[in-house]
Amino acid sequence: MAAQGRHGGKKSNKMTALVVDDNTVNRMIHHRLLDNLGIENVAVVNGKEAVDIHCSGKTFDLILMDMDMPVMNGIEATRQLREMGIRSMIAGVSTRSMEREIREFIEAGLDDYQEKPLTMSKLISIIHKING
Amino acid sequence: MESSHLRQQIAAMRQSFFDEEILDGQFCQLERLENRGNPNFVEEVLTMYFRDSTTLLQTVEQEIETDTIDLAKVDMMLHKFKGSSASIGANKVRNNITKTRQLLEEGNLEGAKLAFRELRMEHDNLRAKLEPYFQQQLRQVGPVETATRPKGSDHA
Repeated sequence: MAAQGRHGGKKSNKMTALVVDDNTVNRMIHHRLLDNLGIENVAVVNGKEAVDIHCSGKTFDLILMDMDMPVMNGIEATRQLREMGIRSMIAGVSTRSMEREIREFIEAGLDDYQEKPLTMSKLISIIHKING
Repeated sequence: MESSHLRQQIAAMRQSFFDEEILDGQFCQLERLENRGNPNFVEEVLTMYFRDSTTLLQTVEQEIETDTIDLAKVDMMLHKFKGSSASIGANKVRNNITKTRQLLEEGNLEGAKLAFRELRMEHDNLRAKLEPYFQQQLRQVGPVETATRPKGSDHA
């Protein structure tokens, strides 16, 4: 069994990430951002797929979780992942700006929250929290 | 000479997008994500954006013209559209989405329909401006032609 990293990811040289977003444009951009930082990454289109991929045994150092998605939203997905014992860094990324909505998302188990659009500097600040 | 003129033309087109506030700094973020391994990234993202946005705008238009508008559905679609528009730096489109949503929330249906028409115009304007921009960029890169000697003429 692979040793667990600080946030539950596989202990290896290369960081891994999961992009969870139903929007194609955002998935492309987040994928490219992670790629350019040398982070191996996979994308899924809703919270249920994020949960399923973890049920299949995969883990990631970082999960970029959108909030509003069909089938299962980011709040529910985050809650379920934490209940499963997933300790990866989960960063919520959304265009929501109302405090009440963001608080509900954070309380579901986020380690960080960034307002979209995600930029390189925002992503680097998330990664620093993993390494910090 | 022609290459230099084309470069200037492309630069001027690009600058106009920011001067007219059609695009904002997020577009520059996208450009920075292009590299040798992915030289057409911006164009690919924008192609995907317009593919999705065209369908979405048609759906929203059909919905707001009905007698019984599903406001929650329309709001969610516009919320998503706002997200992807912000991600590519489509400043005016994003602002028009916000305005449309605001009017719908206030119950001002006629105002929202008008705002939606403006949104469609801004969206179509954005596409109309970006398409020639990327075509010019393609002209700048162009097919690489190498001079080759005709067969049977290998002499100094």
